Amino acid sequence: MQKSLHIDPGKCTGCLQCESACSLIKEESVNPSKSRIKVFTFHDEGRFVPYTCTQCDEAWCMQACPVDAIVLNPLNGSKDVLDDICVGCKVCTIACPFGTINYNSSTGKVIKCDLCGGDPECVKACPTQALSYIDANATGLDKMRAWASKTDNAGA
Amino acid sequence: MSWTKKVLRVNMSTGNISEEPLNMHWAHDYLGQRGLATRYLVDEIEPDCDALGPDNKLIMTTGPLTGTIASTGGRYSAVCKSPLTGTVACSNSGGFFGAELKFAGWDMIILEGKAASPMYLNIEDDVATLIPADDLWGQSVWAADHLLRQKHQDPQVRIACVGRSAEQGCLYSAIVNDLHRAAGRSGVGTVMASKNLKAVVVRGTKGLGNIADPKRFMQTVRDGKKVLADNAVTGEGLPAYGTQVLMNVINEVGALPTRNMRETQFEGASDVGGEAMHVPRKSDGKPNLTTNAACFSCTIACARISTIDRTHFSVKDKPEYWINSGGLEYEAAWALGPDTGVDDIDALTYVNFLCNEDGMDPISFGSTVAAAMELYETGAITSEQTGGVELKFGSAEALCWAAEVTAKGEGFGVDLGLGSKRLCEKYGKPEFSMTVKGQEFPAYDPRGIQGMGLAYATSNRGACHLRGYTVASEILGIPEKTDPLESGGKAGLVKAFQDATAAVDSAGLCVFTTFAWTMDDIAPQVDAACEGDWSTERMMEVGERIWNLERDFNQKAGVTGAHDTLPERLLKEASASGPAKGRVNELDQMLPEYYQLRGYSADGSMTDETRQKWALPS
Repeated sequence: MQKSLHIDPGKCTGCLQCESACSLIKEESVNPSKSRIKVFTFHDEGRFVPYTCTQCDEAWCMQACPVDAIVLNPLNGSKDVLDDICVGCKVCTIACPFGTINYNSSTGKVIKCDLCGGDPECVKACPTQALSYIDANATGLDKMRAWASKTDNAGA
Repeated sequence: MSWTKKVLRVNMSTGNISEEPLNMHWAHDYLGQRGLATRYLVDEIEPDCDALGPDNKLIMTTGPLTGTIASTGGRYSAVCKSPLTGTVACSNSGGFFGAELKFAGWDMIILEGKAASPMYLNIEDDVATLIPADDLWGQSVWAADHLLRQKHQDPQVRIACVGRSAEQGCLYSAIVNDLHRAAGRSGVGTVMASKNLKAVVVRGTKGLGNIADPKRFMQTVRDGKKVLADNAVTGEGLPAYGTQVLMNVINEVGALPTRNMRETQFEGASDVGGEAMHVPRKSDGKPNLTTNAACFSCTIACARISTIDRTHFSVKDKPEYWINSGGLEYEAAWALGPDTGVDDIDALTYVNFLCNEDGMDPISFGSTVAAAMELYETGAITSEQTGGVELKFGSAEALCWAAEVTAKGEGFGVDLGLGSKRLCEKYGKPEFSMTVKGQEFPAYDPRGIQGMGLAYATSNRGACHLRGYTVASEILGIPEKTDPLESGGKAGLVKAFQDATAAVDSAGLCVFTTFAWTMDDIAPQVDAACEGDWSTERMMEVGERIWNLERDFNQKAGVTGAHDTLPERLLKEASASGPAKGRVNELDQMLPEYYQLRGYSADGSMTDETRQKWALPS
């Protein structure tokens, strides 16, 4: 069963545990500036929104890469950057419509979420279940349940 | 490790900026943040210096766990001599600024001297620069934050800033970071402004590695997070209601100081408490509370994000306040509400916004307004001073006006900026000032919670709940229940809380974790992160050493055992209602035992033996 990293912004408190966990596993230091997942704070609206790569099936970053440094991981569907091959040309960062693949000036390579090989650290660190790693075919299940509970039959 | 082992020294007078290694000998004795910065301060300033003169120093300091993934590991403190109390000031803040400073590679910034004209400090990793801030001076924190973001074109900078109140010399001005978190108490913002320093902007991309034992650290962090999640206070009460969960609780035990502490229960408490923030309002069907929020790395998320009713008189013509921002937390809600007799939650939220926008400590501000209201009602202040405003208990309009004039330092706002002690002295009624060592009380009446009387009287920064929160034991039963009306046994309790808190404040963690964590949960995290052995016993030792270091500084600054007292009102005027009816605070029953436990002489003086025991600097 393929899984998806699912984000529920309504549950996010903006604590950045996800960014710390991500950078810790990928960069061996707590360094939100190098995190593959980012939490955006909309102060005036009082909202916190985590955002990261959605692992597009038709991944434009992968298609744009001139040296085939971005490859599909068949185990979990993630699109992974091969550091040995990446030349840091940044074309993928232009191709990605969501901005979730970024250049890391410290290494000269691009970085993006690879779902930690199928066991995402950000999900484990999130204290409010704003992040979950769930069945890719049913990411709407919680929303369906919430709306279902609002029907007239609820609580009957 | 987890210290970056680097100190940034900035001389505002000469503009000289230098880097020096962290004194690791001191770090082993004082851990970090509150303790370590106080050690630097004691070494570098004269205790009798003018707090607002160039000889005072301001240290912005992190702890070893600041910027780690440990829950709540995002704290920093501002340490200096206080202009409000004349004692050491150490004000702690969350948000994201402290962690960012660590990511830029710095444990602390020591700011000294005074610039000839307004400046701000910009830090990008290793590079720190002083930049003219003439365009920012005279702006609120919120406006300056906006201008700095426009200028730097980097949405990821973190900013700590002072507001107009600090520029105008209000003695309880805060340093506000991330728009609505604050190093709030004792006038640390006033000291920052006195150096002509408007803001510190920081961007850190170096990250924080250097954890001594990463694998063990992660395990202790996971264990700690689970304890917080499973605990009723940190896992349920604080996320749902914030610290405002306390409003009704403290009112019911008869310890909610009301109308300048003349009473101990407030009839309007339930209108301004945590539950009230969830009630949909008539105008738009939305509650006051939009969401809870977290500081960096915090898995509790007690912060409130709120809106003001757009039809409320305070903001109906001011759309700039129709936004979400930092909402009411218990101490602020109490000082602005019950202590002034105002039960209008929108007025309180508006004034809280103003306190954030222009950097006023809402505890000291609210308490000072409460004192001013008593002065007005007894005729010591008249409409001549207030410009016609009826400064009466319960007046939401008067409260809002007071905040507006104090924020800008206009008219009677200058007097309100003096704080309760100086205000009451100026108008000939010093007995109306509800302060210890010049600092205003927070939200627990010591007639109904006896241990807090001793904690307030002996606090090293004047009246304060965060120096020894025996409310945890006396009301909430943490770690074990004691009788709030009983003064016996409280000396030891106060000392234990004071020492433990000093250690927590020095680690880089939030003291709210201690609703669930004991030192046995905290020490293993410090031990795994830092070089050396950090047992529970050593943490408590460090806490006690820090306490005595602060006390010794205060004594040298002329604040002695004679100042370990409470206003007459709390010692002689009995509580009139509730469970504490008929009670006063029995400070005289607790103080001698406390001095004995601390190893002080009968008058509260530091003895040579105690000074030697803790190897305090001469």
